[in-house]
Amino acid sequence: MPKATTAGSLSTPAVSARLLWTALAVVALMLLVTYLVAFDQGAVSRSGMYLHELMHDGRHLLGVPCH
Amino acid sequence: MPLSTGPSAPTYGALLLRGLLAGLVAGLLAGLFAFTFGEPKVDAAIAVEEAASQAALPAESSAAQEEPLVSRDGQKGGLFLATGLYGIALGGIFATGYTLLRRRLRTPSDVRAAWSLAGAALLGIVGIPYVKYPPNPPAVGDPGTINQRTISYLAIVVIGLVAVWAAVVAQRTQPTEWRRGAAAVLGFVVVVVIGYALLPNINEVPSTFPPDLLWSFRLTSLGTQVVLWTVLGLAFGALVARTPAPRPETVAAA
Ligand SMILES: [Zn+2]
Repeated sequence: MPKATTAGSLSTPAVSARLLWTALAVVALMLLVTYLVAFDQGAVSRSGMYLHELMHDGRHLLGVPCH
Repeated sequence: MPLSTGPSAPTYGALLLRGLLAGLVAGLLAGLFAFTFGEPKVDAAIAVEEAASQAALPAESSAAQEEPLVSRDGQKGGLFLATGLYGIALGGIFATGYTLLRRRLRTPSDVRAAWSLAGAALLGIVGIPYVKYPPNPPAVGDPGTINQRTISYLAIVVIGLVAVWAAVVAQRTQPTEWRRGAAAVLGFVVVVVIGYALLPNINEVPSTFPPDLLWSFRLTSLGTQVVLWTVLGLAFGALVARTPAPRPETVAAA
């Protein structure tokens, strides 16, 4: 378990509750984008299969399971 | 904590912006790699599928082949959209992880911190899933199992990240250098072995599919992801190294 940090550089903001909530929101948004690129089957999104087909080669070459 | 945040520390927003930028660059370069080396294999896999379906249903059924929603050329352009967006998303998550974990990574070097995080991500998100569920070209999978395959894949990504975390936690319990190394490997291997054993095996590649094409596709898929994470780590490291001009007190405190 990390005790007191020995990192010398202070090149990041201190972790506060506000930062955590912002970070959570950002990660949720990023996961939504990831979902659209890599996991959307066209059933949930309103794009139908269009986005799925458009990004199909990328999906396979990025190693994500697909049809 | 004796050290306080100086005005030179960039905000989360500034770090996030760097992550998104590094991710975009990484995604586009991964797309270039995939376009150059991967697309010929995707085309070949589709040709194999078409030859098989022609042989199975000759004559009139060829007219029944539906018009594709997106043409092959459109899909080749869409490849860059896919890797670009994927890179941006991973860059944003990477920058968030960096922001939250930076003070727990025991190195004074921001660049080294960025590299180790990218290395950990490459191992946990790419390496560990790759061995359990090697990627397949289009026209190989069974659509009926897509949900099960997706859940298993996401589970192995989480297990890969847990394994990296277990390695770090385990090595920090040990006093000497060699024991730290051994503990890290042990913690990592234990989690991976349990994960591999619990998750189902999936092997849907038909025996008629050319094995050399399958493996060259899998290697280019691995290469695409290695390019993505390597460039992401290098670019983010370069961007954080360039930024805050360290104040003299901060350096002295270090
Ligand atoms: Zn698909």
